[in-house]
Amino acid sequence: MILELVQFLLILAIAPLVTGVIRKAKALMQSRRGPSVLQPYRDLGKLLSKGSVVSNDASWLFTITPYVCIAAVTVAALLVPVMYAGTFGFLGDLIVLIYLLAMMRFFMALAALDTGSAFGGMGSSREMYISSIVEPTMLLSIFAMALVAGTTSLASISQNIASSGLDLVSPALFLAAAAFFIATLAENARLPFDNPSTHLELTMIHEAMLLEYSGKQLALMEMASMTKLVIFLAILSNVFFPWGIATGAEPLAVLVGALLFLAKITLLALVIAMIESSISKMRLFRLPNLLTVAFMLALLAVVSYYILGVA
Amino acid sequence: MYGQDLFPLLISASLGGALLSIVTKRWEQACRAISFTAAAVVSLIGLVIALEVLLVGGQVAFTIPTSVAALGHFTFVVDRLSAFFMLAISSLGLCVSIYSIGYTREYAGRYSPATMGSLFSIFLLSLFLVVTASNAVLFLIMWETMSLSSYLLVVYESRNRESVSSGLLYVVMTHLGTALITVAFIIMWLHTPGEHSFDFSAFRELSAGALPEAARAAAFLLLLVGFGTKAGLVPLHVWLPQAHPAAPSNISAMMSGVMVKTAVYMLIRCYFDFLGVTDSWWGLVVLLVASVSALVGVLYALMEEDIKRALAYSTVENVGLIFIGLGAAMVFQSYYLADPAANAHLADLAALALIAVLFHTLAHSLFKGLLFMGAGAVMYATHTRDLEEMGGLAKRMRWTGILFFIGALSISAIPPFSGFVGEWLMFQSLLLTQNINDPMVNVLLPVAVAVLALTGALAAACFVRVFGATFLARPRSKHAAEAVEVPRTMLTGMGIAAGASVLLGILSVFIVPVIDSVTSSVLGVSIASKLVNGLVLMPPAGEFSSMSPVIIGALLLFAVPFAYFATRDLGGRRPVEKGDTWDCGTPLSSRTEYSAAGFSNPINRIFRSIYRPHTEVRTEYTSSTLIKRKISFSSTIEPVFERYLYAPVAALVIALARRVGVIQKGSIQAYLAYIFVILLVLLVVFR
Repeated sequence: MILELVQFLLILAIAPLVTGVIRKAKALMQSRRGPSVLQPYRDLGKLLSKGSVVSNDASWLFTITPYVCIAAVTVAALLVPVMYAGTFGFLGDLIVLIYLLAMMRFFMALAALDTGSAFGGMGSSREMYISSIVEPTMLLSIFAMALVAGTTSLASISQNIASSGLDLVSPALFLAAAAFFIATLAENARLPFDNPSTHLELTMIHEAMLLEYSGKQLALMEMASMTKLVIFLAILSNVFFPWGIATGAEPLAVLVGALLFLAKITLLALVIAMIESSISKMRLFRLPNLLTVAFMLALLAVVSYYILGVA
Repeated sequence: MYGQDLFPLLISASLGGALLSIVTKRWEQACRAISFTAAAVVSLIGLVIALEVLLVGGQVAFTIPTSVAALGHFTFVVDRLSAFFMLAISSLGLCVSIYSIGYTREYAGRYSPATMGSLFSIFLLSLFLVVTASNAVLFLIMWETMSLSSYLLVVYESRNRESVSSGLLYVVMTHLGTALITVAFIIMWLHTPGEHSFDFSAFRELSAGALPEAARAAAFLLLLVGFGTKAGLVPLHVWLPQAHPAAPSNISAMMSGVMVKTAVYMLIRCYFDFLGVTDSWWGLVVLLVASVSALVGVLYALMEEDIKRALAYSTVENVGLIFIGLGAAMVFQSYYLADPAANAHLADLAALALIAVLFHTLAHSLFKGLLFMGAGAVMYATHTRDLEEMGGLAKRMRWTGILFFIGALSISAIPPFSGFVGEWLMFQSLLLTQNINDPMVNVLLPVAVAVLALTGALAAACFVRVFGATFLARPRSKHAAEAVEVPRTMLTGMGIAAGASVLLGILSVFIVPVIDSVTSSVLGVSIASKLVNGLVLMPPAGEFSSMSPVIIGALLLFAVPFAYFATRDLGGRRPVEKGDTWDCGTPLSSRTEYSAAGFSNPINRIFRSIYRPHTEVRTEYTSSTLIKRKISFSSTIEPVFERYLYAPVAALVIALARRVGVIQKGSIQAYLAYIFVILLVLLVVFR
């Protein structure tokens, strides 16, 4: 119980740090010094101490959205294994997790439409367009793992795969991991889908949805997005490559698990920073090509399980 | 058992209500109140009967005497399966009846409230009787009553050309379906053991293998096509997006909410109860058709600019989801029956899939009814169905907005709402499949999983679009700007549906065991003890997974206010000011916000091979080609099914009719001659 709580709090605590690490790494790769890795914490603190402006056109939906988003992502964080393969999984499995994130997106897209700005509409439309393929991709790729591991509970998937050594490694794992990685980039507004560091109307998707938020509400939305990124990285490292995660509650195993987890997501953060420094954003209407590739990979992963059976 | 006495009361109360509305037709106000209060009472009676059978057990039977012995006994029986569908009908019927008291004011002075009131009573009664009839002939009579009363309600706005032509399409399609169902029943009747009988009790003995293989297959296909027409399975769905929106909104709510489900009811009864699902290809056919339906339905719903047509297409999608569950249940059941000893776990899976089917059926009844009532409220206030003419209604119609939003959350499968629980159960039943060594099953099941995932995401996009275009941002027309909240009775009706829908999702742990008692009466396998563990739902396969809608709901309900209060004081309390939306220096108007068409255009681009969009941009110039006077844009998508499937068939029928028309001379002598010749032939043949 305590371990579960600790790893839940760990996700929330390191969320801004991971974003900071990606930004710092990007800056270094681009020969800039860049802000400190702790800058996102300072940003959040600053935003929390500012007043906010709400559009005259907005309705109740715009007001409640930041709270719903942070609530949804927090509940989702309860379901993700971090350093120990056990969570509050009886609450819900991976389907619940994905749909909680869908809930966050649903509210965010509506809030973006609510202010009646063209930017918000643009962001909302593009977000739903991308997610209409990304969400099934995520579901299918984790399903492939669920089938291999014989459970749809995220913690039990990492438990089963980690404890069986390399026995459960199958083609499905690699196909699904590749699909999920592409989905991670798309869902978290990273290049080549979206550019998190620009406010250019032609390219922005996620930022366009947040444009009308300010002050405390913006802080909540930013925090929700950062937490979502960590959740994705945690799934990628602990569901697809769970080796090293603590399968029991021994202090040493948990410590190793925690260190390995930090190492894994730092590595993933560096990979994301490297991708973002080396490729440019794709044209919006070229995205479906990449997205359908990811979707097909995920579908293949699931089909391969049914056809080939367990390895 | 109160039900035994209440059932005759249900029938007489409906007929009495219908009569009362005709009697009081001079006093419009009173007529509306009386007819729909009567309908609400009838629904309450139905609810009591349904709940009694579901919770207490036993069954209710009511026989009307017939003089024709060959037709069998005209008996209505409420067993658990019937009671479950009665539950859906009566709960939505109650909401819609209350809603209608206010809603029918829309037609005051234009169309007669007595017609609506009396037909509504008969329609409601026929729905109840369709799901309880226990004799094939009686069933067909009730089925026709349901079809015809709903047809008359679709063409209620009889001076509206669109309603009348949609109604015609509906009545033609539904009769084609009925014809096929009749043939199927006759096939089954011919093979009933002993003396031929139309009683369902005789049909039940068919499952023992009395039917030859070919007859079974024919009956299966005829029933699928016949009932699939009513349910709106692709490609038989074309009437649904025409007729459901053309009807008055309270009728659309009933048609989309419960009428399409009567087909699901009868298919479950015929397949599992009468024929017995022993061939695996049956389930695969259903699975395939259902997957296509779900996908086609949601894709067209996304492009629709008419709010009610979007909802109708979403009904096609949800029927597809329900049939995916049904197909899966049939596949599992057939493999279980093929080898009960080796495939015992498949019986559990069939039960799980059927529970998912029934859960989603009930959930969809409530939230689709709610959404149609919401769309009706919006039309009541704005007098338009066009999404591009709406906007900004969330502030002008606060309660309608909130209630419609609950419907949108439910249908978009947002946890812990009811749509999500249904989809979760369905995912579990599909994912648990293992050890079926059939390549077709192993390809179709993952495809069904993918379809389920894809439609979930697309449905969310669809309802972001519908809700956003209708209720958010600034009004796009004068009507929308002047909209005011609808009458209390309408809000009450929607409120009950919304409340029931939310509770159904959150309290699903307590509702699933009741549904299990229904499915176990059909399949003979009860999995409630494995499925429900305290407040947690767990599929019946060890540690596969678990989910608790109650706890998730409680956590979210706690976390939202917590986030508010925590951040209010964190960093000090700060003021929240009102201001204009950032406009880059150009004043914003309703023309600068995203339109519904603009919103879905990217999706149109991805699926352009399905939509086949056709866009046209016309520019009018002034004397100079540099200065444009007007640019008009229109975009349409190609109605693939209508154009490539129905148009050729219609052309063929018309050509045949022309040929046959040759004998139609128009002279009475010719017709007398025909009659004489026919008579002679008959006399010779049947001497």
